[in-house]
Amino acid sequence: MMIKIIDYKAGNAPSVSHAVTHLGYKADFARSPHDLKDASHIILPGVGSAKATMESLREMDLMKALEEAVLRKKTPFLGICVGMQILFEHSEEGDEKCLGWLKGKVVKFNSEKVRVPQMGWNNVRFIKNASCGARDDFFYFVNSYYARPVNEPDLWGMAEYGDSFAAAVCSENIYGAQFHVEKSGDAGLDLLNAFLKLKGE
Amino acid sequence: MLTKRLIACFDVVNGRVTKAVRFQDNVDVAPAEELAGAMYGAQIDELIFYDIMASAEKRGIDIETVKKVGGRVFIPFTVGGGIKDLNDMYEALKAGAEKISVDSMAVRNPQIIADGAKAFGSQCVVLSTQVKRTEKMPSGYEVYIDGARTATGMDAIEWIKRGQELGAGEICLNSIDNDGTMAGYDLGLIKQAQAAVSIPLIASGGAGAPEHLTSLFKNTDAQAAIISSMLYSPRMSNNYTVWELKKYLTQNGVLVRPAKKTVRKATC
Repeated sequence: MMIKIIDYKAGNAPSVSHAVTHLGYKADFARSPHDLKDASHIILPGVGSAKATMESLREMDLMKALEEAVLRKKTPFLGICVGMQILFEHSEEGDEKCLGWLKGKVVKFNSEKVRVPQMGWNNVRFIKNASCGARDDFFYFVNSYYARPVNEPDLWGMAEYGDSFAAAVCSENIYGAQFHVEKSGDAGLDLLNAFLKLKGE
Repeated sequence: MLTKRLIACFDVVNGRVTKAVRFQDNVDVAPAEELAGAMYGAQIDELIFYDIMASAEKRGIDIETVKKVGGRVFIPFTVGGGIKDLNDMYEALKAGAEKISVDSMAVRNPQIIADGAKAFGSQCVVLSTQVKRTEKMPSGYEVYIDGARTATGMDAIEWIKRGQELGAGEICLNSIDNDGTMAGYDLGLIKQAQAAVSIPLIASGGAGAPEHLTSLFKNTDAQAAIISSMLYSPRMSNNYTVWELKKYLTQNGVLVRPAKKTVRKATC
C-alpha cells in the first residue's frame, strides 16, 4: 500500500498522518507529481482557503498527476474540509475556479442566521450506501463555506447548520468529507479506516 | 445540529499538567500526554494546552510535549504559550496542534493575528484573553497579560472586536476574578462579548459544578466551555467524569456529543 497525503504548508497533513499511523498504516507525504505515481490511496487534507489550496496544488505542479491518478486510474481519493470543497467547480471563497471533478459550487453560510465559522461537533446522517462504509455519528467541523452539489447522487452525508448542507459527498472513487476525519475521535478514525480498506481499480 | 463543546484545559510546566488557583500555587497533576489520552478516551470534545512558563522563560513552546499529545488525541487540540511569530505557529501545527492560541503576544503585536489567519486560515487562530473587572473601562473589564500579572489599560470588549477584525477565528475569554473559584462563569461578560463579535466564543474561568455549565449554555450564546478543576484538580474530592457532565447536560436539554462511561480516578 502506498498511502499519500498531499502536504502543503497551509494544510494539516501532520494531523492526518498521525491518524493514519494510529490505525496501523504507513503514509508518506506527497509534494511533487512523482510522489503520486504509485499511490494506492490519496488524501488531500484541508485547512485554510480554497484559493490557497488551489494555488498550492498548482505551485507543486500536482494538477496533471492528480487527474491521472484519480480520474483515469481511479485511485481512491479522500478530500477533507477544503480538500472536499475544491472537488467542485467553483468556490465563493476568493472567487476561485476549482477542480470541477464534481458538479456544483461552494458557498458561504448565512452569518445572519448562524455564527460563522461553524466550529464544533455536528451530527451527520449518511443517506446512501458507499463502498466506504460510514455510520451516523458526531463529527468535528470547522468551516465557513459548504458545497452545493448539483447531482443529488453525489450526496453521501447530510448535517444541519442553519440549513441542511452536504457534510460528505462521494462519486465512484472520489470521496469528500467536510468534517475533519482526523479530528473526529473514533467516528472519524473508523471512516478513515474504511477508506484505507478500499481497493483501487 | 451543532453541539456545545466541553474543552479540557491543561496548564503545562515541563511536560506535566499543573493546576493553579487564580494563577498561583501550582499543584502537579500528571504528564500531559497521559492526561490528554485519558480525556480523549472519555470523549472530551477538545483540548487546550498552555505552556504557561514559555513567555516568562523567554523560550518557544515545548514542541516535544505538543508532539506527544498530538500523537495520542484525534480531536481538536489548541496550543498556546511562547508563540512569537509565523514560524512558531507552523512548528506547533506541524507537531500536531490544530489551532494556535495567542494571548500576551497578540496584545504586544496584534499583527500576529492577521499574519496567522492569512497563512493558516482564521480557524487556526484563537484569541485568548484574560480579563478583570474594573470601573475604569467602558465595558467594565480590562485586558491583562503575562499570566494575568500586567494590566494593559485596554478595554476587553474593544480588544476582542479588534481581534475578530484582524482575523481571529474564535475568542476564548477567561475571567481572572472567577478563575479557580469554582463559583460559576461570568455570564455578564459572555453576554457582552456575544453581542460584540460574531465568531465562536469559549467561556473560561469559574466552572465548579455541572449547573454552571447548564447555566452558561442556557443563558448565553457561548459555544464552548473550558473545564479543568472539575475534571482533574487534585484538591477537589469530588471531580466529575466527562460522562457525568455530559449526561447532566443532556438531561437538562443542552445538546452535546454523547460521552462514554468511564471510571472516576484520582486524577482523571
